[in-house]
Amino acid sequence: MALLEVKNLQVKFGLRTGEVSALRDVSFTLERGQRLGIVGESGAGKSVAGFAIINLISRPGYIASGEVLFDGKDLTSLTAEQMRYIRGNRISMIFQDPMMTLNPVLSIGEQMMESVLTHTSKSKAEAREIALEKLRLVQIPSPETRLEQYPHELSGGMRQRIIIAIALLLDPDIIIADEPTTALDVTIQAEVMDLLLALCKNQNLGLILITHDLGVVSQVTEQTIVMYAGRIIEQAQTKAIINDAQHPYTRGLISALPHQGAAGQRLYQIPGSMPLPSSLPSGCAFHPRCEHAQSRCQQHMPPLTENEKGKAACFLVDQRTSHP
Amino acid sequence: MSSLVEIKNLYKRFPIHGDLLDQLSFKGGKIHLHKEYVHAINGVDLQVEQGEALCIVGESGCGKSTVARTVMGLLSPSKGEIHYQQQRIDNLSANEMMAYRRRMQMIFQNPYASLNPRMTITQTLEEPIKFHQPQLSRPEMLDKVAEVMQSVGVDPSWGVRFPHEFSGGQRQRISIARALIVDPEFIVADEPISALDVSIQAQVLNLLMDAQQQRGLTYLFITHDLSVVEHFGTRVAVMYLGTICEIAPTQQLFGKPKHPYTQALLSAIPNLEDKKPDFIRLQGEVPTPVNLPTGCVFNGRCPHANERCRQQVPELTLTDTTLVACHGVEEGRLA
Repeated sequence: MALLEVKNLQVKFGLRTGEVSALRDVSFTLERGQRLGIVGESGAGKSVAGFAIINLISRPGYIASGEVLFDGKDLTSLTAEQMRYIRGNRISMIFQDPMMTLNPVLSIGEQMMESVLTHTSKSKAEAREIALEKLRLVQIPSPETRLEQYPHELSGGMRQRIIIAIALLLDPDIIIADEPTTALDVTIQAEVMDLLLALCKNQNLGLILITHDLGVVSQVTEQTIVMYAGRIIEQAQTKAIINDAQHPYTRGLISALPHQGAAGQRLYQIPGSMPLPSSLPSGCAFHPRCEHAQSRCQQHMPPLTENEKGKAACFLVDQRTSHP
Repeated sequence: MSSLVEIKNLYKRFPIHGDLLDQLSFKGGKIHLHKEYVHAINGVDLQVEQGEALCIVGESGCGKSTVARTVMGLLSPSKGEIHYQQQRIDNLSANEMMAYRRRMQMIFQNPYASLNPRMTITQTLEEPIKFHQPQLSRPEMLDKVAEVMQSVGVDPSWGVRFPHEFSGGQRQRISIARALIVDPEFIVADEPISALDVSIQAQVLNLLMDAQQQRGLTYLFITHDLSVVEHFGTRVAVMYLGTICEIAPTQQLFGKPKHPYTQALLSAIPNLEDKKPDFIRLQGEVPTPVNLPTGCVFNGRCPHANERCRQQVPELTLTDTTLVACHGVEEGRLA
């Protein structure tokens, strides 16, 4: 049994203008110690997927159907009280902007210890020890001084390390990191990613890395999911996605990246932009932008089918693999 | 060949000491007057040649946007001069500056903030013409608006719409149209694609490159994204803490970075290749621009720093085709 199994998850938002689906039929699994990347552009539903796993979708959004099985238990059916035990304790989340995540009026020590004291019956002194241990784990220099400091006294990279330390406080099984380095500079990003990778390997942590940056995904994860308009359109080994993507959208995304050896030439561009969830096109959501679109792409939604390279939701891929 | 834009020994500092009462402090029975500044740019020399795309890269807080805004005259320099075609422009009055504003335009980072939400696209695009070419009649003006909208790939019939009806990529096209409408020679683009998605970034970069070819534009391109620079730039200037540490032709810089900071920066780009060189971990963090380090601004984090680096500020000197400000490179200590 997989540690985490997401099955046919649907998330909808009830708006005044009607219901829109933000997440449609999303399924994947994560094993202990596995690193999974979820990539997509803004509006693809990648963050909603992350939030849905730990049941943090708030109104007007709701999980319309599907299951999130963690250790065999369906998280979508838990009470708020039971869910609170899972969050932080077993599954932690790291958010994009470290300044928004930390409480500006509490010292680092207070907010770190708060989490330990809420979830366990440990004493204050023990909680402080745990906080110090985790700060050392994320390579923060002079952790004793940091405990007394406030978020504004620390740099962006340091703050994000502290967020990671907080996520690790209760030794969770899974960390969901939603664009953890997007607000950081490249040199700091490289440090934070290095750290996350090392932690996952050493602590046997499962990681779900949500990002728009294919470069980051290719350096950290083993498996990658590509999302478009709320659906998974491709899933495979990260190497396979980068070197030999199957879906026209993934291929387009990779060729649209500026790269070496073609300086000054026009970049490959995918025409148009991602549709809004309120006005999804019929059939395959990508067909208006796809240069290979056929008439059936407009009428039918291609299912996510498995082949020897991975999974892809595209009629063309089906044709290629079934009639070689 | 002479340069189109010359930045000469530019300094810019911002006061952070507040008003007079905030500056006063009482210590040991005496009243002290205490002034503090953020030293955003410290002695930048840069020439933008006709027809090139000069990219300035650096991490947040290195002063790259301040350089862009000072060149455009949106900020006035604390010291130093800006020349446009051998004409000094940083000390001109608003009226005298008007003639230059038509020739140099700016594109901003966030198209959600840089377009007026209460003006239609046509109104937004008309405004620069009203200022810079008041002799045009209304039909001529509308023709011009339609023509420019066409050239950036926005349907001219959408001119009656408001910015909120457009996606991020379309809005950035409209801000580019607003810059192009007065037929400028020189465009300063401050992180024009950072707020956009990958598939949209390619569209906007292509548009900028097409405009450069068709109109013979010169760009000063500010970005933190090195892969974009590698694709787009003719020359690259790397900034750190308000100073330029290296200027080189793009291929030269990416192929053989000389300054230790450039090397560290390049090693940190996440890319799709399997065999990526190891990332060079810098010690510590960027120091505060309020109290600058003595000597080379990079000395506290540089693995090769010695006593001279801590004492003396390195000058930009030419090695091969690269200008580097590093004592180590100059002495040949760093290969």
